[in-house]
This record gives sequence, C-alpha cells and structure tokens, in this order.
Amino acid sequence: MSASLATAANAKPSLDTTAAISVKDMRKCFGDHEVLKGISLEAHKGDVISILGSSGSGKSTLLRCINLLETPDSGEVRVDGELIRMKQSRDGHQTPADIHQVERIRADLAMVFQSFNLWSHMTVLENLVAAPVHVLKRPRAECLEQAEALLKRVGIWERRNYYPPHMSGGQQQRAAIARALAMNPKVMLFDEPTSALDPELVGEVLRVMRSLAEEGRTMLVVTHEMGFARDVSSKVMFLHKGEVDSLGEPKEMFARPPTQQFKQFITNFNK
Amino acid sequence: MDFDFYLSTMWSVLKALPLTLEIWFFGVAIGLVLATGLTWLRASGYKLGEYFTRAYVFVFRGSPLLVQLYLIYFGLSQFDFIRHSPILWPILRDPMYCTIVAMALNTAAYSSEIFRGSLRAVPVGQIEAAKAFGMPAFTRFRLVTLPIALRLALPAYSTEIILMTKATALASVVTIMEMMGTAQKIQHDTFRPIEVLTCAGVIYLLLNLSIARLFAWVEYLLSPHLRPAPGQSQQIKPVPEVL
Repeated sequence: MSASLATAANAKPSLDTTAAISVKDMRKCFGDHEVLKGISLEAHKGDVISILGSSGSGKSTLLRCINLLETPDSGEVRVDGELIRMKQSRDGHQTPADIHQVERIRADLAMVFQSFNLWSHMTVLENLVAAPVHVLKRPRAECLEQAEALLKRVGIWERRNYYPPHMSGGQQQRAAIARALAMNPKVMLFDEPTSALDPELVGEVLRVMRSLAEEGRTMLVVTHEMGFARDVSSKVMFLHKGEVDSLGEPKEMFARPPTQQFKQFITNFNK
Repeated sequence: MDFDFYLSTMWSVLKALPLTLEIWFFGVAIGLVLATGLTWLRASGYKLGEYFTRAYVFVFRGSPLLVQLYLIYFGLSQFDFIRHSPILWPILRDPMYCTIVAMALNTAAYSSEIFRGSLRAVPVGQIEAAKAFGMPAFTRFRLVTLPIALRLALPAYSTEIILMTKATALASVVTIMEMMGTAQKIQHDTFRPIEVLTCAGVIYLLLNLSIARLFAWVEYLLSPHLRPAPGQSQQIKPVPEVL
C-alpha cells in the first residue's frame, strides 16, 4: 500500500507541487456510513472545478474535509504543495497534527457557505475586515479600503453598513463572497452557494462567480447549477455514492455523458 | 391616610438602600466571576469538571437560598477549624460577608446554566465561518461566540439579577439592617405592617424597574441587527421591551 503510494508520487512529482489543491485517497465515515470512499482530486491554478452529485453523494463533505471543518478518516490534502499534517489519536482517529498549520491553510482557502454564515452581529463592512485584521494581521485602514472596493465589485457597496439579516439572500451571499475575497485566498471553496436562494436571486450570485472564474481564480464549486458547471467550469467532477464516478471537460461530459449514472443525473435535472 | 408616617418610613427605608445595593452588587459581581469559571469548567470538556459543575448546580439550584444562608452563617461556625482559621473566620463571622457569599454561590449556579445554554445556542454556522477563515480558538471566541452568546444570555440573566435584588431581603434574617431589616424594625415598633411593607415594596419595585430598563437598554444597544433596517418595513420584529 505504502509502496504503491510512493511510486505514484514518484511518477509525477512535478504535478503534485504545482497543484493549488491536491487531495489523495480521501475517506470519511459518519458512523457506519462511508460518505467518501477514497476520493482524489487535483486543482491547478486557475482551475474551476464543479463538483456535482445527487444529495448524499458526499460532495459537501469532500469540500469540508479539504479545509478540515470535518476531519477525514484517511487520505491527504496538499495546498500549494504543502501537506496538511495529521496524526493518529489514541482512539484510532486522525486529527490535525498542528492546529496552527491548519489555521494558516484555512486562511488561504476562503469558503462560501450555502447558508451564507455571515456574522450576524457585525455589519457587512465589519464582516469583511474581521478575518483580514485578526487572522492576517493586516492594518485595519488598508482592509477597510479593500473591503469597500470589493463591495463595489459585487454591487452592494450601498449596503456596507447594513447587518446581514437586513439584506436579501442574494445580497448576503454576495457579501459572503466579498468576505472570502478579502482574504486574497489561493483557492475558493463554494459549498452550494445558490441552493438557499430564491430562484430570482440565483443569477446575481452566479454573475459574481462567473466574473471570478474569468479573472483566473482557482475555485472548487459544489453546485446544482448545471449551466454554471457546463459553461464556466474548466472541469466537472461527478460524485456518486462517495466515489468519483466521472471527471472531465464540461462540454465533453455534457455532450457525451461517460457513465450511465451521470447521464441519468443530468436527465433528471432537465426534466 | 397618614402621609407623614408614609414619608418618614419611606425615608428610613431609603436610608438602608445603599446597604441593599452593596449586598446586591457584591453578590452579583462575585457570582458572575464564579459563574464564568463554572461555565468554562463545564465547557472545557474535562469529565471531572463536568461532574463538579453538575453537582454544584444540583446543590445550589436545588436548595433554598435561605437554607444556604443559614448553613453558612449559623452552620459553619460549628466547626472548630473554621473558627480558628485566620482567613475563613473573619469572613464567616460577619453576617454581611455571609450573605454576600451565599448569594454569590447561589447565583453562580443559575447564571452558569444560563451561560451554558446561550453558548450552546450560538448557531454552528457562525462558528464554522470563523473556523473556515482561519481564526484561532480564542479569536473565534472573542469575535464571534462571545458577542452572540452574550446577547442570547441577556434576557435570562437580567431576570436572574432581578431575582437577586429581591433575595437581598433575606439578609434581614441574619441581623443585617438593609431595607427589609429596617422595614421590619419599624413594623415591630409601630404595629403598622401595611404602611411599612408597602413602602418597602414600592422601593423594591422601583429598583427593579430601573434594573430592568437598564438591561433593556443594553440589549437594545447590542442588537441593532435584530431591529428593522433603516427604511425597511417592520418585517423583522423589534426586540421585545422589558416592562
């Protein structure tokens, strides 16, 4: 097992170091239920990977295992070539070996959540500067300036002094994307960013995400938006029952579904 | 109606207000410190800490404050080692200190339960977002968990503070001449319980009214995100006002 892993690593060492994110053989169980059955994934700079799958296929768990909001049972995650070190705890589970390393890496992997998770007791502007000031230790004035620019970019600058509960879902999600951008992240993780939105608000969020893809941001996007997956992403990954069912170019995948599962999945969506 | 008697009684009882406030303030303040420690112990994840706090809450929440006060004031002096302790005895022979200790121990039990509940009620998503942005545990607690938990705790905690104001009246049974003690003395001297107790009751009411208003104001200041936005219709319910 370890020998085969070593040869696999030796076979293409250059790729491993350049990948913005690389996940190798990730497994995760919740109780008896195996949610991830050995998933590998590689995203290079500028890649936009859409992760598709029906509910329960493990796509959100995969994303949450990458920034260790969930601790994977086994497998490795590298961000910009740096391995997140894990250790075996006494009860046999894996835990992060160095929480400071995890925190530093998380700061490079900004996440956008399905339910926005903006800090409700802070104004939008405060939401945007909290992490840059307190995690990245950047000067407050500089962060405020950047925050205002980002809010202009996502089109909610006039709402900068609003509290999140006072805004529509679409505005909140755009604020959440701006909050993620304020970290100047290496990779952005989107966990079903439009699933909690009213249909008429989905467009404004997708437009922002599309513009991020166009400027070459590295993004992992768990989504149900087939249009986004097909037109914007550089790769589509389809998960089925905790395994990578198919992976490929979006145009190719949608035109000629490589597996029966994926074919069925998109047919169900178009119904 | 004998207005002069009302006025003179009112004045006599009011003169004891500073003493009532003193008991209340120190009881509540020390209780808050103890409650913070208990909450931390409970949340720390140590099994021993959890058992200790559970037992503590069980005992001090489950028995009357009056019993606790009697045990501390009358009971503890039965033990020789306490009477001979250079640290404990100066505290435990003084009825004032005894009352404060009893109140602090009692309110700590209730408050720690309030704090525990409000910490647990902080939405997971808010904490997860803080984690996902790389905040270390203490920063996360300071910027996200604590401010949210504080707002959640305020309504219940203000009730606990008001209960403590009323509990200061128990000090009168261990010879303290605070407002209730003073009122009882006047009542015994004059045999006019209605007038005297009405005066005391009115002062307690006004005191609690101001405490409730104070908390309502703090709650209002801390909860701008729960009020309607400027120029927005009343679709979000405003913070319910106390009293």
